[in-house]
Amino acid sequence: MTGRFRIISLVLACAGLMWFHQMRQQRPTRVQTAKQTRTLILGNGSEPETLDPHLATGQPEHHVFGALFEGLVAPLPGNPDANGPGAAASWEHSPDFVTWTFHLQPNGKWSDGTPVTARDFAYSYERELTPALASDYASMLYPLLNAEAFNKGEMTDFSKVGVRVIDDHTLQLTLKGPTPFLPSILKHYTWFPVPRQAIERHGKMTDRDTRWTRPGSLVGNGPFQLKDWHFTHSITVERNPHYWDAAAVRLREIVFLPIQNAGTEDRAFNDGQVHLTSTIPLDKTPVYREKRAAEYHEDPLLSVYFYRCNVTQKPFDDKRVRKALALAVDRESLIRNVLRAGQKPALGFTPPGCGEGYETPSVLKFDPTEARRLLAEAGFPGGAGFPKFEILINSSEAHRTIAEAVMAMWQEHLNLPVTVLNQDWSVYLKSQRDLEFTVCRAGWVGDFLDPVTFLSIWQKGDGNNNTGWHQSRYDELLAASSIEADAAKRMAILREAELLLLDELPILPIYWYVHSYMLDPSVKGWKPSLLEHRCYKALDLVPSS
Amino acid sequence: MLRFIISRVLQGIVVIFAVIVITFLLLKLSPGGPFNKEREMQPHVREMLEAYYGLDQPWYVQLWRQVKGYATFHFPPSLKMPGRGVDEIIAQGFPVSAAIGLPALLIALGIGVPLGAIAALNPRSIEDRTSMVLATLGLCMPSLVLGPLIAMIFGMKLRWFNVSGWYDSTDWVLPATTLGIIYSAYIARLTRGGLRETLAQEFIRTARAKGASEGAVVFVHAFKMACLPVLNFLGPAAAGLLTGSLVTETVFQIPGLGQHFVSAAVNRDDNLAMATAAFYAALIVGFNLLVDIIQAALNPKIGFKG
Repeated sequence: MTGRFRIISLVLACAGLMWFHQMRQQRPTRVQTAKQTRTLILGNGSEPETLDPHLATGQPEHHVFGALFEGLVAPLPGNPDANGPGAAASWEHSPDFVTWTFHLQPNGKWSDGTPVTARDFAYSYERELTPALASDYASMLYPLLNAEAFNKGEMTDFSKVGVRVIDDHTLQLTLKGPTPFLPSILKHYTWFPVPRQAIERHGKMTDRDTRWTRPGSLVGNGPFQLKDWHFTHSITVERNPHYWDAAAVRLREIVFLPIQNAGTEDRAFNDGQVHLTSTIPLDKTPVYREKRAAEYHEDPLLSVYFYRCNVTQKPFDDKRVRKALALAVDRESLIRNVLRAGQKPALGFTPPGCGEGYETPSVLKFDPTEARRLLAEAGFPGGAGFPKFEILINSSEAHRTIAEAVMAMWQEHLNLPVTVLNQDWSVYLKSQRDLEFTVCRAGWVGDFLDPVTFLSIWQKGDGNNNTGWHQSRYDELLAASSIEADAAKRMAILREAELLLLDELPILPIYWYVHSYMLDPSVKGWKPSLLEHRCYKALDLVPSS
Repeated sequence: MLRFIISRVLQGIVVIFAVIVITFLLLKLSPGGPFNKEREMQPHVREMLEAYYGLDQPWYVQLWRQVKGYATFHFPPSLKMPGRGVDEIIAQGFPVSAAIGLPALLIALGIGVPLGAIAALNPRSIEDRTSMVLATLGLCMPSLVLGPLIAMIFGMKLRWFNVSGWYDSTDWVLPATTLGIIYSAYIARLTRGGLRETLAQEFIRTARAKGASEGAVVFVHAFKMACLPVLNFLGPAAAGLLTGSLVTETVFQIPGLGQHFVSAAVNRDDNLAMATAAFYAALIVGFNLLVDIIQAALNPKIGFKG
């Protein structure tokens, strides 16, 4: 009796398991279901800290803002780095690129149906620049006449700032100097309009801690509107029926997932849970690159990885020493053998494609013989007598691997007594700021397509310089570029400045970033962008053949 | 008993505020600050932000404001996520973490107690060895390895569950199993130790001498005593499980509380770091009190001593 009972229960258990297995195996993946509902699901790195464009500072926010808001100028569907009509249908500028007039979309509307007017833009710029809001990225608006003085509290009358409302649909911006690249700057989210009606329903203009960015309250002017925000879970946006170009929008919804861990995101992609990843685990990159070419993407970015030198320390005050260090780094080999994700060797500082008509000087190379000669000339033949020093990194496996490779190159080619020192993020930042390092790793991401976004930080007194280096000639060149109205001449001045920087080398450029990610082939209309601009309205989902 | 509970609750409140003060001082002593970023903040913006959040005040004023805030249930805002109070962040993450922690606790007990009991009842047998090898394996296996392994097998290969995310009603299974397995190892070892020790005691011999069946001896007499070490462990373990784990939340993409414990400290969101520490302290205090009450009920010798 008990024997039969046991057999029956065993058979039933096995059958149950088989049934469970069959049932679970056959359920559709989220990506398959999403195709039917035209929902794009994407990995977005980390959780946005805020959805207020004036308080945000990060890349995850940047990706969400591209759906919820739209600046005067918008990414073009075919090339997101090019400038297409956005909230402004057209614009013109004075010959010296100082006065710009924007004609707003006649049927431009907020997602609550109220019209988007020139006054909304003036309100937004005033809010962003008002000192009490303490907007970290307010300096993005400094090209506007008097914006800096207003933001720093030196001037309290906003009417003196170069923003003029001519009528409901005409906005005039007056800049402090010729700025041919203004349209590219306008695509940065700090220049997006924010809805006065929603902000002031929840508090004052300059209140930081209000709930206007929550679902149901947030009003935007982008192709999509906020549907849901489950903190640390997902942000869902849906088509905005009031968008001026709503007919062009193909997707019904976009879901942004804050997946921080590259391994987790990779599993989610392979399990059919996301269409797009924000990154790829380092060890998988070479494999995917070779074997999954249909899904693997590798786009150049407007970012540079480099090492800072502290030029206030001997012997790093000698540019021959710094040059020797730069020439002894075999960037090709580092990328081929260590990084392995198709990064580009940084032979200059500003990444290629950094501005129309600008060609990055290509002066750095791998030349250990010349490096040894320079080091000997500086008084350290064969590295003899060179003081011990450290490469400072923030604790991260990736930075350590690179630092160890560079360390090995300097030991091998120059016989230098170098080691790697890692510090926690906030300690590392403090060391960098207080010039308590000898050589330290750093990165810089451009905000718009112009070399000045990379070159301006090396001016005297710039908060991001952190090398102790400055030169009056360099500062003069940058000042000259800011008043030069001829675009070609301006680029020539900036190129001269970069050449000077690369001759002095307070920084040692290592590589230019590429963005590696996986994209489901059913996503159509996806285009690479140096600034990671996305034209969501041009995206569509079609069943893969 | 009421006096006991009241006195312990009062002690607990003192402990929670001590944790707030200590966390505050540790954060103030550690280098860097909430507004240090790779891209340097402009000095006038930093000043304005520090004034906004009261960070320009002397440290004792800041500390007083924190303590007062917690005492009056006016919790401070997050320094990094404008528009969100620390209480809102915790209130959002805790239910999710608890929805995984509770089944994890049951899984841990469901595996650990029988495994430990089998081992204790058959000392030095093959069952004993096997369960203890399994338990040691569980103790050694970090969730960082076990999590992805479970995700690979039951998510990617068998496709029984989603590898990550928090959508379906079954999404708790894999993370809860991961956590449960790891905790079950501790419980198995504690159960085995507790039960073996109890079985050697005189009152068990008396019970056997009086003719009680082996089953009654183990389950009626011995088990109550054998539970004590497990119970002691369960207090802090429950607090740990219910507040989530950074690793399982990262591996399975769960919007729980565990991630904030680490990210708040690393990103120097000092207000959130203090809030998570205080919340954890409160849970520990609460569970320890619960454990003490259960212990006293199980063993009158322990009683309610304040």
